[in-house]
Amino acid sequence: MTRKVVVVGAGVVGAACAFHAASAGLDVTVTDRGPVGAGTTSRGEGNVLLSDKEPGPELALARLSRTLWDEAGQELGPDTLELEAKGGLVVASGAENLAALQEFAARQEAAGVRVERVDRVRDLEPHLAPDIPGGVHYPQDAQVQPVLAAAALLRAALRRGARFHPGEVAGAVTGRDGRVTGVRTAAGDVLPADAVVNAAGTWGGEVGRRLGAPVEVLPRRGFVLVTEPLPPMVRHKVYSADYVANVASSDAGLETSCVVEGTRGGTVLIGASRERVGFDTTMNTAVVARLAAQACRLFPFLRGVHLMRAYRGFRPYCPDHLPVVGPDPRVPGVVHACGHEGAGVGLAPATGALVTAHLLGRPWRGADPAAHTGLLPDRFLTPGGVPQ
Amino acid sequence: MTDPADLIVVGAGPAGLAAAATALAGGLRVVLLDSGTALGGQYWRHPPEHARAAVPTDDLHHGLDRYRALCKALAQHRTSGRLDLRLEHHVWSAVRDGDGFAVHAVDRHEAPRETAVVVRAPRLLVATGAYDRQLPFPGWDLPGVLTIGGLQALLKGGGVAAGSRVALGGTGPFLLPVAAGLAARGVEVVEVCEAAHPRAWLRHPGPLLRNPGKWAEGAGYAAALVRHRVPLRPRAAIVAAEGGERVTAVRIASLAPDGSPRPGTERRVEVDAVGVGWGFAPQLDLLVPLGCALTDGVDGNAVVAVDEGMRTTVPGLYTAGETCGVGGAALAVNEGRLAAASVLADSRATRVPADKHLAALRSAVARQRAFARAMALAHPLPPAWSSWLTDETVVCRCEEVTAGAIRSARADGAHDHRQVKQLTRAGMGWCQGRMCGPAVHCLTARRGAYEPAERLVATPVTLGALADLDEAPAGTTCTADTACTAVTACTAGTTGTVCTQASTDNGETDKECS
Ligand SMILES: Cc1cc2nc3c(=O)[nH]c(=O)nc-3n(C[C@H](O)[C@H](O)[C@H](O)COP(=O)(O)OP(=O)(O)OC[C@H]3O[C@@H](n4cnc5c(N)ncnc54)[C@H](O)[C@@H]3O)c2cc1C
Ligand SMILES: Cc1cc2nc3c(=O)[nH]c(=O)nc-3n(C[C@H](O)[C@H](O)[C@H](O)COP(=O)(O)OP(=O)(O)OC[C@H]3O[C@@H](n4cnc5c(N)ncnc54)[C@H](O)[C@@H]3O)c2cc1C
Repeated sequence: MTRKVVVVGAGVVGAACAFHAASAGLDVTVTDRGPVGAGTTSRGEGNVLLSDKEPGPELALARLSRTLWDEAGQELGPDTLELEAKGGLVVASGAENLAALQEFAARQEAAGVRVERVDRVRDLEPHLAPDIPGGVHYPQDAQVQPVLAAAALLRAALRRGARFHPGEVAGAVTGRDGRVTGVRTAAGDVLPADAVVNAAGTWGGEVGRRLGAPVEVLPRRGFVLVTEPLPPMVRHKVYSADYVANVASSDAGLETSCVVEGTRGGTVLIGASRERVGFDTTMNTAVVARLAAQACRLFPFLRGVHLMRAYRGFRPYCPDHLPVVGPDPRVPGVVHACGHEGAGVGLAPATGALVTAHLLGRPWRGADPAAHTGLLPDRFLTPGGVPQ
Repeated sequence: MTDPADLIVVGAGPAGLAAAATALAGGLRVVLLDSGTALGGQYWRHPPEHARAAVPTDDLHHGLDRYRALCKALAQHRTSGRLDLRLEHHVWSAVRDGDGFAVHAVDRHEAPRETAVVVRAPRLLVATGAYDRQLPFPGWDLPGVLTIGGLQALLKGGGVAAGSRVALGGTGPFLLPVAAGLAARGVEVVEVCEAAHPRAWLRHPGPLLRNPGKWAEGAGYAAALVRHRVPLRPRAAIVAAEGGERVTAVRIASLAPDGSPRPGTERRVEVDAVGVGWGFAPQLDLLVPLGCALTDGVDGNAVVAVDEGMRTTVPGLYTAGETCGVGGAALAVNEGRLAAASVLADSRATRVPADKHLAALRSAVARQRAFARAMALAHPLPPAWSSWLTDETVVCRCEEVTAGAIRSARADGAHDHRQVKQLTRAGMGWCQGRMCGPAVHCLTARRGAYEPAERLVATPVTLGALADLDEAPAGTTCTADTACTAVTACTAGTTGTVCTQASTDNGETDKECS
């Protein structure tokens, strides 16, 4: 049985893995080359969404995760996570778009998502543009503050006996049978382990390679805009319905469809674009302008509001836009938990529970490995274990 | 100006003015942008042209001959059409654009209306100066507590004295001209608290002896203070401000060598305004996102790394003046000239400065930089300044984050201002950490130079102006000397350099994103 677990990565996903594994009584060491939550977790918006997911493996994980965020909130205190169940409002840009949205929502409802048709969107969001024909309200959509959440989950894991070991993972130590017996850090330390969890986010591809179990995880750049603080004007997470199309798309070019929401601090967040440009960090003013234009179309009052800040990050995505969660058949002991793209914050607790279930060999906190086979790394491998 | 520009200069302070003048004299076409209403930057700040007669400020200035000569040179080139001068243009981003640069600004000369403007050129010179470095202390967020730069800007830019009984504190020689300027306007400067000891200068006598002009400048201010009976207290600091609606008093203490207040020396002094300055932090917001390398400056700030011709590590990108570290206006002027000389050489201009002239310029800059280094070493931040703080002292004013919250983030493992920001929101507010960044850095990192967080948006800009940028047809350009303020006035396809998009309210025709 697995006793000693090393989690590589202290982003929100690694922290959630550590939290659940430590809660299950495993001996957990978390290692990261930087501080908690400083990777992509510090670049995300913290949406915990069901609304943007079509029925399938990701929605199943998201539904579990939504429940587990509530449980984490109860255990750790909702304020430590800034967990807020504010609900999402997806609005249509035209009659055709509205029909597509309603059809999409009906399928989600059949998969267990709570949806409410909204004909008069301004009853929910008084400052929306007057010409919006309608939308769908998703009361389960919520948000957390990603870095605070990661820090709180990690702190709780440490209270439950986990350790934090700063360092960069350089490779795996394997026994004669090819099983992992530990990880080696760049500083030369060896952390003994029966299992290693690859929770390295956007760098999960590289960490997988170092562990002898390569998976393809690619960066997808996103910009987020933050306005000056305002009195509350936007109550929900408000998205245009083409968000739904973008998330599922695999087009190479730029995609933007803005998500607008107010924060506790009074700022309005507008996110996020999607571009496949590798790890290119340069500012793209055209993308920023496009996001601004879309936000102003949803909420005309924003035209007079100042943009105060913009930031960007690199979402980790797998070629099929699903996370890779589960044991790698090539190197016994390696368990992947990465590639969550634009939903890693939302999906973190369920990922942590699912990883723990894989480690225990039995369901854990509602996560049953048998119910999430669509996320296994096997899908990228031929029966002989060779990447397809 | 109908031909494309060769060079964009951002910042019309001493460095940017000198750079633009040299580049123009060398035959280049230049676009010069500044957010201010007049040329001159911090040092030669003036009221806007139309208000000059009503607000005389000449007596507050030094080196006005040079300023006027620079302004005159620029005016001639404006007439000839080779200078495109854009005041009240706030640059919010500078990005690479093909082989050159695109500079994004908003034109606020009809504020509150904002118009997005894009300027393009193969070379870019950023001379955005520096801003006051602040250290928090109890009461520093009271109305009436200002930076010395702010006090000086009010005085030079509008002839306004911020109070009638003013105490100044901090460190560095720039406290003196502010005290002298206030005194000249009849303000009672009750005390000037200098945290350092003048003896510190004697540790680096070389640069002092090689810069007699600086001596004379300092002596002039000192004489002015004596004349106005302004007491100058070395090794003292304003450690607290008191008041209700507004500041009414400060607490002043003598400092031990480590900068902690000497017990029992605290005095209460009544005032109606306070000016504080702990040196300056370079304004790097446009430079950092372009990826140019920084280096540690002696004053605890990261500054731009440049070669001896003021080239940054990014090809085509130059900088001059306080972005390379604080050193005064004369140095900024010389660096501006030097940077422009490099631009001329690199763009193979026909009229480049003679080698002899360049050599003289380089040696002047080296001499003045050495002086700036000696100045920084003589006026360090007091190591124990944080002993003035209580746990309740607000450090980040915008988000109201206290010293206690920052200390506990540090205990949680945050070891720089970026992580503190994630955990406490310090630096997430309106000023984006420009004010509290250096202090948070000192409170958490304790070592290494302060490197500002990357700010992709250098100055707040309305979403409406940005939206119009998106809605303008791609590739639309217009000529810069025509008063082109609306999209429709732009002629597509001309080889102009400037594209202006006006805020329109019927811009709802955006292409759909699929
Ligand atoms: C603009 C933008 C908006 C987003 N909005 C949302 C949103 O609203 N909702 C949502 O759910 N998601 C959102 N996301 C996505 C979300 O941020 C990510 O999916 C999530 O943060 C991934 O978390 P992680 O823990 O897997 O990765 P990370 O947070 O990147 O953590 C990985 C960690 O691994 C460490 N690491 C890497 N290599 C090594 C090594 N060799 N040794 C040691 N440590 C290593 C890194 O230092 C890092 O700390 C957004 C992302 C972006 C870019
Ligand atoms: C209180 C005080 C007293 C001083 N006393 C003296 C003295 O006695 N002797 C001396 O030699 N020096 C003195 N100085 C220093 C002197 O002011 C500077 O050395 C000099 O102004 C630096 O020139 P600069 O061109 O590098 O920057 P600045 O003069 O600061 O000019 C920078 C310009 O860039 C513009 N700018 C910045 N960002 C943007 C943007 N995003 N978009 C558009 N425009 C932008 C600003 O508006 C400004 O006009 C003093 C400074 C202060 C604050």
